[in-house]
Amino acid sequence: MEERTLAETIKEVSRKHLEENGGLLIGQCITALGWVNGTVPNVQGIVELPMTDVAGAGIAVGAAMMGRRPIFVVRFQDFMMLNSSPFVNYAAKVKELHGKTAPVFIRALASEGMGPVHSGVLHSVFMHFPGFIICSPMTPGEYEEAWEVFMENDRPMFVSEHRSSFQNTEELEDKVHKKADITLYGISYPRFALEETAKMLAEDGIVCNIVHIMWLKPFEITDRLLEPLKRTNLGLVIDNSFEICGAARSIAYELSDASGYPVKALGLLDKTKCLCKPYRNEAPDSKLIFETVKKIIRDC
Amino acid sequence: MRTPDLNVKSGIAKQFSTELSLKLYERICLVRWFEKGLIEVIKKKGEPKFVYLSTGQEAVAAALSFELRSYMIFAQHRAHDIYLTFGGNPVMLRDELMGLPAGTSQGKGGSNCLQYHMNGLTMFGHHGLIGENVPLGVGAALASGRKTVCFFGDGSAEEDYVLAAMGFAVTHKLPVYFVCVDNDLSILTTTDVRRSWEITKIAKGFGMPCMDVADDPWSIMHYTKELTENLPALINCRVCRNNWHVGIGTDGPPEWERHAMVKQELIKLGHKQAIDEIEDRVQRSMENLWKKEL
Ligand SMILES: Cc1ncc(C[n+]2csc(CCOP(=O)(O)OP(=O)(O)O)c2C)c(N)n1
Ligand SMILES: [Mg+2]
Repeated sequence: MEERTLAETIKEVSRKHLEENGGLLIGQCITALGWVNGTVPNVQGIVELPMTDVAGAGIAVGAAMMGRRPIFVVRFQDFMMLNSSPFVNYAAKVKELHGKTAPVFIRALASEGMGPVHSGVLHSVFMHFPGFIICSPMTPGEYEEAWEVFMENDRPMFVSEHRSSFQNTEELEDKVHKKADITLYGISYPRFALEETAKMLAEDGIVCNIVHIMWLKPFEITDRLLEPLKRTNLGLVIDNSFEICGAARSIAYELSDASGYPVKALGLLDKTKCLCKPYRNEAPDSKLIFETVKKIIRDC
Repeated sequence: MRTPDLNVKSGIAKQFSTELSLKLYERICLVRWFEKGLIEVIKKKGEPKFVYLSTGQEAVAAALSFELRSYMIFAQHRAHDIYLTFGGNPVMLRDELMGLPAGTSQGKGGSNCLQYHMNGLTMFGHHGLIGENVPLGVGAALASGRKTVCFFGDGSAEEDYVLAAMGFAVTHKLPVYFVCVDNDLSILTTTDVRRSWEITKIAKGFGMPCMDVADDPWSIMHYTKELTENLPALINCRVCRNNWHVGIGTDGPPEWERHAMVKQELIKLGHKQAIDEIEDRVQRSMENLWKKEL
């Protein structure tokens, strides 16, 4: 079978939804500038929004209430601070409050190195609010799984995408050793740095398990997540959103609580992501993860 | 501008059938007597605390309930009148307000979150952010092609997303009727303190047919017939809220009493006996309804 990139997968999932399900695809500037990195198909059912972020999101939620299961595209996750109200305050609450549904598939794109309001990763913010399903698929297979879950559920789904993953064709597999020193749990883009980190650590005699986390909420503690931790008695969750009140800390807490073993967190510093290189506060890379693991093991 | 006869068509009540005018009066009374009972309950029990009363403004919903019965309704926090006049079940409203499982949202929503999806009526629940319902209604009209009415107040009319959603409805020629229930108040702040522009001028700027009219129900029905021929369109209805923004208190008499004016008009048309009977019947039925809580 021909290899498909994540971008092509997103485009195909969207095409099918629009052409075969009567779905809608709603967003700002989505049919220009490379059609959102080649992820938007050129078919009927696309609604170009005017530059109105709060109303635009409300329009998508209204469409979701009519059963059209819209895909809402946010080209930069930071814009979610404006878009979020109808999702957080209406779509995510309507089932509990009124027994009605507004399933909208929020494609929130993250990027790296594009400055203070174009490099944000906001899945942690949305994990805070009740009513959402939240995931961060980084592979074609994961994206298809995310879409299937969306179609089977009636909740809004926050899909934390990352532009740097769009050309990926590979599935990311867990690597679990019989005997290891630490289990690394990766979320979003930093997952691509874990293999390299493991190699660097191995050179220093440290063996690590690698476990991939795609589903952030509801966060289910499964054997797949817990067994490797029971072998290492030590874990580290790595994420590219801010560490304070972030996904890494929240999930580290859950894993620690479920296993009784210490699980640490590594996310972004409590600093603005500036445009210029030294001040970007970028996603943890293999070097930073390597140093963090070394420090954790030293301190233990 | 803000007068009880703003763009009211004099003598227009005569153009409507007696049957319709009496039904209209019954719906106005329904809101009044439902809320009178609710006020008694609150005086006695101190609960529910957060009620957004419609009394004083109810002629607008009563009028529109005849013209827009098939529309999907996206209302906001002050909606007892919309719910009742469009045909929502009063018992379920009572139970919702009292936080009971038999309420329209199983007692989870309360006064400012009313929904109703029975009896051929489609009224979506509000969550409490003023004007949030306007983009939702516009999106629903876009996705379904169904006729939709969005109710909002003069305060909500200022929300950026309300204005932007109206613009979107015009661009996409959506079948949405925007109804601004203008009591000249956002909580207790009058419009002149908040802004220098008028919503009808904005509507015109967008290229939408619109009308600014006092809450005379016959005039509202008349203009609505015209405006809804060419959707999207907007009507701004000048009303007087009798009670506080939230709760049952009052700040003196309202600027005008539309209920009394409608009554007067019907008496002039020779319906005194009929309307007395109607009001008496509605009063008894609502007193009965609230008995359980008193
Ligand atoms: C987004 C948002 N901003 C502010 C408020 C607080 N608030 C509740 S009701 C209200 C007044 C709204 O005025 P209007 O739309 O004219 O409705 P009215 O209460 O007069 O019927 C305000 C400001 C809110 N609930 N939501
Ligand atoms: Mg008002």
